Amino acid sequence: MALDRWIALILLGVCLTYGYAAWFTMDGSLPPFMQRNPIWPSTFPKVLSILGVVACSIILLGFEKNEVKEADIDYRRLGEYHLGQAISLLVLMVVYALCLRPVGFLIATSSFLILGSFILGERKWHIMLPVAFVATGSVWYLVQEVLGIYMRPLPGVFGG
Amino acid sequence: MLEGLLIGLQTAFSIQNLLMVVAGCLIGTFIGMLPGLGPMSIIAIMIPVAISMGDPSAALILLAGVYYGAIFGGSTSSILLNAPGVAGTVASSFDGYPMARQGKAGKALTIAAIASFAGGTIGAILLMVFAPALSSVALLFHSAEYFALMVVGLSAIAAFAGSGQVAKAIIMTTMGLIMATVGEGALFNLPRFTMGIMDLQSGFGFITLAMAMFALPEALFLVLKPKDLKGDDGKIKDLRITKAEAKAITPVIGRQSVQGFFIGVLPGAGATIASFLGYAVERNIAPKDEQEEFGKGSIKGLAAPESANNAACTGSFVPLLTLGIPGSGTTAILLGALIALNVTPGPRLMLDEPQIFWAVIMSMFIGNLVLLILNLPLIPYIAKVLAVPRNYLIPFILFFTLMGAYIGQNNATELLILVGFGVCATALKFADYPLAPLLIGFILGGMMEDNFSRSMQLYDGIAFIWERPMTLGLLAIAALLVLLPSYRARRARARAAGVADGD
Repeated sequence: MALDRWIALILLGVCLTYGYAAWFTMDGSLPPFMQRNPIWPSTFPKVLSILGVVACSIILLGFEKNEVKEADIDYRRLGEYHLGQAISLLVLMVVYALCLRPVGFLIATSSFLILGSFILGERKWHIMLPVAFVATGSVWYLVQEVLGIYMRPLPGVFGG
Repeated sequence: MLEGLLIGLQTAFSIQNLLMVVAGCLIGTFIGMLPGLGPMSIIAIMIPVAISMGDPSAALILLAGVYYGAIFGGSTSSILLNAPGVAGTVASSFDGYPMARQGKAGKALTIAAIASFAGGTIGAILLMVFAPALSSVALLFHSAEYFALMVVGLSAIAAFAGSGQVAKAIIMTTMGLIMATVGEGALFNLPRFTMGIMDLQSGFGFITLAMAMFALPEALFLVLKPKDLKGDDGKIKDLRITKAEAKAITPVIGRQSVQGFFIGVLPGAGATIASFLGYAVERNIAPKDEQEEFGKGSIKGLAAPESANNAACTGSFVPLLTLGIPGSGTTAILLGALIALNVTPGPRLMLDEPQIFWAVIMSMFIGNLVLLILNLPLIPYIAKVLAVPRNYLIPFILFFTLMGAYIGQNNATELLILVGFGVCATALKFADYPLAPLLIGFILGGMMEDNFSRSMQLYDGIAFIWERPMTLGLLAIAALLVLLPSYRARRARARAAGVADGD
């Protein structure tokens, strides 16, 4: 089974779960005055779940034929690309998301930028470091001072 | 009208007000380039500055400059980095980004600037001529028609985005609509489908989703398979558009400026629907061989949403200035600013304070012109962003992606959602699922459900579908749009297989 049909199967599961939630779990807790309404919070989701299930089945059962196109990246040969770099960058993004609050914006962002280019194979530290620090500093200044959106600059222990 | 024009010119052409326009355009363009800060947030940020000036005309002129600048800045990031920060510029990335990938970033930005200029200017002319008459037409549109209009928009996108894979596009649209139902709806104060997670209470963030669907997979693709963003010879080439290209996009810009303006007039429809519909319409009426080009870097595909988007932004001023009803989030903020300046927009505005009404219109012309003059020389430098070495560019794209999602919500969970959806979107991209319909479904989903619910309540059931001829007509068009491509594909296959036509 090709990847697009696997995905259709997964999405079918999503639609069925969503449909189950809409059809069977939502209406019970509805307050009486809302039950007199012609439209319930679950009405639109019910329609959507049917639409989703039908569309997923069309792909899954192969009703719609389409010619296989030459894709930009062939997922069957994923190992031949820079998969390691991509995964490390994703992990780095997750770590950044988790660290942004506790470590503070300035440290988290400059390390993110430095490690990001490091993962991609950059080793010119004399360029990497200044670029990361200047960019972090200017973005922080713009967002915090000019636009007035609060971002904790330093780790919490320093009262940031 | 001529008298009014002169009053407007007189007000707008003072040195102070001209400086305001220039400053507004510059601020708007530069901040608008940061994904995550759309026109709405920038105008909201600029309001204290504008109000403290005390002169309503000058304040409005400044804000109009910021508005147009922000829209243009937003197109820049969607063209160069495939990171649309504003819903209205999502459609610009469909063809703008492929053009940038082919080394035609400069040309793409030039087309965007010219199309925006034309859209804004034509919109302003139409505003001048039609504003009084249109305000009554806009009131004829009820929620039932809005609902139907959105169904048309969605099916047009589903039918055309998937290049012959209508079912896939419909799945993606439905997924987008499903995602839009997460969180608290406007009409029912019940959290839905949040799975008990507090952070989902207010639903998914638009920017989070836009970044996850477009910018993140694109950046991951660049990591997986290194490719030069520059042209073959390593230079950014093709800054100017040729005569043939100008000839090709002129009718597109003309049509889309008018269409975009009239869609923009409808309260609630706005620039987003205008740009998507504009893209879909132009794709559908283009000749067969040019249709193939759409989505791969067609200049028409870029010019259409750009001019429609800007014309619609101008159009959204019609209900604001004539009825006092803001048609979009941005105009709602402008309304707030106006009231703070002791100006009440409404039917009497044109009579009581003509200098404000006309100064706004004139400042639209001036804002567009200044934007064009400022940006055309800047384009080569803006396009140089792509010449930054890949090792630096990719971490920065990822950083701005994360930052865009973070600034809007100030919530680190949003970033985890972003990465999670980004991975899903990459998998979908591998399997050749179109991602744009998902985002469009998400954007329109909330409005669509609200309008659907409202008309259900007004008509106590779904009777509004057959009792309102306009609704029925629009829905019939939507059904045709979905069914026609698959019917055509089926017939083409049958013919290829040697089966005779029925007729």
